[in-house]
Amino acid sequence: MQTYDLEANGLRGLNATLQSQSTETNQTSWEVVNPKGSHAIAVGLDAPIEVTVKGSTGYYCAGMNQQATVKVEGSVGPGVAENMMSGQVIVDGDASQYAGATGHGGLLVIKGNASSRCGISMKGIDIVVHGNIGHMSAFMAQAGNLVVCGDAGDALGDSLYEARLFVRGSVKSLGADCVEKEMRPEHLEILKDLLDRAGADASPEEFKRYGSARQLYNFDVDNAAAY
Amino acid sequence: MCGIVGLFLKDQSLAPQLGNMLTDMLITMTDRGPDSAGIAVYGEESGGKTKVTLQSPNPKDDFASLAEELGQHLGAVVSQTDNDTHTVLDVPAGQFEAARAALAEIRPSVRIMSRGEMLEIYKEVGLPKDVAARFDISSLSGTHGIGHTRMATESAVTTMGAHPFNTGPDQCLVHNGSLSNHNSLRRKLRREGVVIQTENDTEVGAAYLTWKMMNGASLGEALESSLEDLDGFFTFVVGTKDGFGVVRDPIACKPAVMAETDQYVAFGSEYRALVNLPGIEDARVWEPEPATVYFWSHNDSPTTTEKAA
Repeated sequence: MQTYDLEANGLRGLNATLQSQSTETNQTSWEVVNPKGSHAIAVGLDAPIEVTVKGSTGYYCAGMNQQATVKVEGSVGPGVAENMMSGQVIVDGDASQYAGATGHGGLLVIKGNASSRCGISMKGIDIVVHGNIGHMSAFMAQAGNLVVCGDAGDALGDSLYEARLFVRGSVKSLGADCVEKEMRPEHLEILKDLLDRAGADASPEEFKRYGSARQLYNFDVDNAAAY
Repeated sequence: MCGIVGLFLKDQSLAPQLGNMLTDMLITMTDRGPDSAGIAVYGEESGGKTKVTLQSPNPKDDFASLAEELGQHLGAVVSQTDNDTHTVLDVPAGQFEAARAALAEIRPSVRIMSRGEMLEIYKEVGLPKDVAARFDISSLSGTHGIGHTRMATESAVTTMGAHPFNTGPDQCLVHNGSLSNHNSLRRKLRREGVVIQTENDTEVGAAYLTWKMMNGASLGEALESSLEDLDGFFTFVVGTKDGFGVVRDPIACKPAVMAETDQYVAFGSEYRALVNLPGIEDARVWEPEPATVYFWSHNDSPTTTEKAA
């Protein structure tokens, strides 16, 4: 276990050190102490290492992650795991707005609540939120799965493409072109796997699935007057 | 981008440290707003007098024998406490408008930063640490206070464009965001008799709340109606003589974090601003919901008043 004191040694040193770990590193386990809400902790990693942040972080924690597992023992500010490609990011507390935005792959687990715009423009990432999510979540989400064990806020899945949305609790309102869809066996299977990997104590049968009605994919001449 | 901090004490034994805690929070928010900074502190009541905080670009000349001259105009005793470019005058209660008129005559270049029984506002252009140091903010004590670090978008980088804004007795407001209907609203409020000194959007937000409260609304009610009447982006933190409130617009893209313990309620644009507060590790920390009014008052029962819009 390597320990890095962020307050004493600074952010650039942390990210340079973590980013320089090769895929064959022996230093696979890292602990970051005194994060004190700092921005951009453990960003741009590209090695199968485990980083544990001992406290809450600010903006853009674990952004652009590849391969690494980043665990935050606290809450995170806006933009956690933004544009993640692979690996895992696990947040013990809450996440602020646009968690997992534009992510292409990997798994983001938020054990508390996520606020607005969770999974906005997601492109293949899997996001599991144990609590609730805020308004405008999964806006223009293209691919991947968003699983919400609690409730969803207003305008869920507005202008949705092909991402799958699973919500156990209530949905305050659906966004444009987002509809409830049939839960088929293959969806239950995907959901069960995600809940297991995210350590979420919930049964797939309790969820509803939402997806795109695909009415915005093509121009509708009846809407010409709106342009 | 701007930075906001706020602290409302439940445990008055922390009162002597209010300025110190707010200064630390304010300086942490420097990179959200390095061009100007300001702080509003609710300190000791002035024993039935109205505290009027003034600023002058030329304090040496403007503040010389100011209390004496103003006292002669008002036919009353006025006292004066200078603090760098600011001075706090104690004028008899009910004489604020007379003092404002007299000041325009005898000291046309001074600007009124605030008035109220408890409120003092200090604000200047410059880095937050320099602004805090020149007024020795860390030595101030009080029951609650709010601060702002500014990165200007809507009006000029000047002392008068810095936050907090005071538009009514013991009221102040800081803002992160931008209002888009401030010009029409300013015209309307001026017609209603509310004094608005600048072309700044935030001052209009403050004046709007003052106008609502002048017409009988509580702080909470005024904040709730702001969600209907103000167009744009805002996270507001407001102070009154005994209260402290927070509201975010429905889109809520401007960040906000709150923390509450038995000793205080704290607000920060980011969690970073709160990390040095006592007992923060065990505080309840949360992100205020969009379009939801939160307020706390020293007058209420000791439990927190948190009201959903």
